[in-house]
Amino acid sequence: MSATHEATPPTSELNYLNNGWTWQSWLLTGDHKRIAMLYVISITVFFALGGLFAGAVRLELITPQGDMMDAETYNKMFTMHGVIMVFFFLIPSVPATIGNFLIPIMVGARDLAFPKINLLSWYLYVIGGFCGLYAAAVGGVDTGWTFYTPYSSTYSNSAVIATAMGAFVAGFSSILTGLNFIVTIHKMRAPGMTWGRLPLFVWAHYATSLIQLLGTPVIAITLVLLMLERAFRIGFFDPALGGDPVLFQHLFWFYSHPAVYIMILPGMGVISEIITCFSKKHVFGYHFVAGSSLAIAILGFFVWGHHMFTAGQSTYAGMVFSLITFAVAVPSAVKIFNWTATMYKGSVSYETPMLYAMGFIGLFTIGGVTGVMLATMAIDLHLHDTYFVVAHFHYVMVGGMVMAYMGGMHFWWPKMTGRMYPEHWAKLSAGLVFIGFNLTFFPQFIVGYLGMPRRYHAYPEEFQVFQVLSTAGASVLGVGYLLPLIYFTWSIFKGEKAPPNPYNAKGLEWTVPSPPPTENFRIMPVVNEEVYAYAEQHEEKALV
Amino acid sequence: MRISMNKTLPLLPESASDIAPEIDLLMLAETAFSIFFTGLIFLVVAYFAIKYRRKSEADTPPHIHGSLMLELAWTFIPFVMILGFFVWGTNVYFRAYSAQPNAMEIFVTGKQWMWKVQHPEGPREINELHVPVGRTLKFTMISEDVLHSYYIPAFRMKKDVLPGRYTYFWITPTKVGSYHLFCAEYCGTQHSGMIGTVHVMEQSEYEKWVSGGDESMTARGEQLFSQYGCVTCHLADGKGRGPSLVGVYNSMVKLQSGVVVKADESYFRESILNPRAKIVEKYQAVMPTFQGQISEEGLLQIIAYIKSLEKEEEGGTPQQ
Repeated sequence: MSATHEATPPTSELNYLNNGWTWQSWLLTGDHKRIAMLYVISITVFFALGGLFAGAVRLELITPQGDMMDAETYNKMFTMHGVIMVFFFLIPSVPATIGNFLIPIMVGARDLAFPKINLLSWYLYVIGGFCGLYAAAVGGVDTGWTFYTPYSSTYSNSAVIATAMGAFVAGFSSILTGLNFIVTIHKMRAPGMTWGRLPLFVWAHYATSLIQLLGTPVIAITLVLLMLERAFRIGFFDPALGGDPVLFQHLFWFYSHPAVYIMILPGMGVISEIITCFSKKHVFGYHFVAGSSLAIAILGFFVWGHHMFTAGQSTYAGMVFSLITFAVAVPSAVKIFNWTATMYKGSVSYETPMLYAMGFIGLFTIGGVTGVMLATMAIDLHLHDTYFVVAHFHYVMVGGMVMAYMGGMHFWWPKMTGRMYPEHWAKLSAGLVFIGFNLTFFPQFIVGYLGMPRRYHAYPEEFQVFQVLSTAGASVLGVGYLLPLIYFTWSIFKGEKAPPNPYNAKGLEWTVPSPPPTENFRIMPVVNEEVYAYAEQHEEKALV
Repeated sequence: MRISMNKTLPLLPESASDIAPEIDLLMLAETAFSIFFTGLIFLVVAYFAIKYRRKSEADTPPHIHGSLMLELAWTFIPFVMILGFFVWGTNVYFRAYSAQPNAMEIFVTGKQWMWKVQHPEGPREINELHVPVGRTLKFTMISEDVLHSYYIPAFRMKKDVLPGRYTYFWITPTKVGSYHLFCAEYCGTQHSGMIGTVHVMEQSEYEKWVSGGDESMTARGEQLFSQYGCVTCHLADGKGRGPSLVGVYNSMVKLQSGVVVKADESYFRESILNPRAKIVEKYQAVMPTFQGQISEEGLLQIIAYIKSLEKEEEGGTPQQ
């Protein structure tokens, strides 16, 4: 996309990072780029914390006996791992960081539609996070991240209300981010930035924002009902108080299933951008990739009952949920096929982001086909609540989403910080993540089919070999995640200075300096060519 | 008895129910399908990555927008293929979860953190289950506290056990042996200790085991029926203050509101614990609640007694 200001040399070295050094200039900023960086730091803290809890779980599971910690502590470890990773890492991960940074620049705007609401959403996230940390500090919570009633509302002796409050408050942060994105994408596109020229990253975030806006209020209400029942014994879910425990599951999954699409859709947007850039080629089937994001967002609202095939819900309701779940697999498969076809006759290079993207395609495909198995009701009779389910959603969430997040962070790191990351270290870490991930989670498919239930502190000894493999893999994965933390930090100070467009990529974000100035565009851009016009780029060069 | 387990690396759990081979076959088919498609994508990605690797910075890939035919093909062909799995899987599920005739009844009560079982003939057990091979079993289950899930991997079967509501499943064990019993729904601190053993026995051995001399559930129910004074109102001839319960089980009952409901286990349980919820036509709401006074096991015994009243009425002679 050529923009009219391309010829304008940077008249000043001023950018969003060196434009003010005080605390206030960060903590009271309205700049979407600074808020994105605040999010990067905060979600990294929570990712590390959630990772430590996962580490404790994996260490305990090396032996079949529950010997490293007592059962109560173990239950708190997996609960806090789940709560932190889902509500404080995965849901905000790409949208609040890379999305926040790039959506305005990609559509050609100076900021999001509501900069103050954007800052408010970060504060809500932090307040929610502190509620979660408070819950951990006063003894933790042991309900599982799913908060199933009546255990959570009546029987658990842990900090349920503080944790639920944390997820409740963080939910509003998510709603506000979604609202901001929708308004920005509708109203603030640059002249010439038609809907058909929006990068697929923007389309994916548009679909995500719809779910955030429509789905999150439901979990907010559900958590309020849970807190009311727990605090004041008002019966909603506990049969002893006249409630219905399965109602909680309906309400919880009505949000929490679409929420997995909140987590994965932005990652799919990242992958679309990376594949096209490192294939130097227009995305294959642009309209189908964009449309499939919307299809996933819409269908995703009607599949929640597949979490309840064994919960006593009507078998006919189960049948409908199963059918729609099969259907939602199709738009995801369409994306996979189009990404693969994008590489056809391309000019493929293997920088770190592309390694992550190819890893994503493989691991997400495995996550997808095992999802189809779980959507088959008869198979779910056996596999529900076993390690097979654990493996499936980690393939989608970690193999998919975290790979996409890492790929995106590498891809746009030069843009966000103005520094290049060390390519060799990055490739090494991408390899470690891929190997460590598969070693951690593949054995869990097998041990799940063998019948090992999830959330078990102690387990029969014939399952041990798979748990040991899993823990070994988790340590490799841990190193794979630690390396980027080190070299990204290093690169901020010592990294090579990044040019505006280090990969010769297309898109408005590559037309502005790295890092961008506070106002993004010194002269407002006018878009006069189609999206991903890699071929035209060379035609222009040929003319010159 | 020890769990019979494979000391070598097992890749399939033991298969010991009528439904297990069907689920394994379905799983095998879907795994083959998945490996084929995942493998295809891996191969194509690898092939493109190598064949079209960047040879020079001046590479000029062609401008390809897409192909409507391809899009339609890879949207609909996989969908139709997986629809086959949907039909197959739904079919097996409906058979696995639907009522089977002439089933032997087992009554399960889950509580933190144990499984209590009652056999109609009398024996009660905790964290164990003895059943005969080749007989269809009907499980009627309820929880005293939180959610649990009764899971026997060798049967490929689980069903959640809920407080306040009966859930059921039917299964036919096909192989003598001892198998794991797990709680699959997280239920609190000792969740992973809520496990046990299912013993599938030869019919003759089971008969020896079950005739241990315990009182039957019906007899226990009859005692509770008089102990709690039910008998003073629910007279058999229908002249008491409450309706007669003879022959009521599985019949349609007309309520004061005009609604007709089926008198199943849940109906009796609700009427004992919350009598005002469903008042039978022409009767007064005078029955007190027994909420908190009778255990879930006791309720199952009383219901077993009420069900037996039907049998005597129908056959004229008491049946076993």
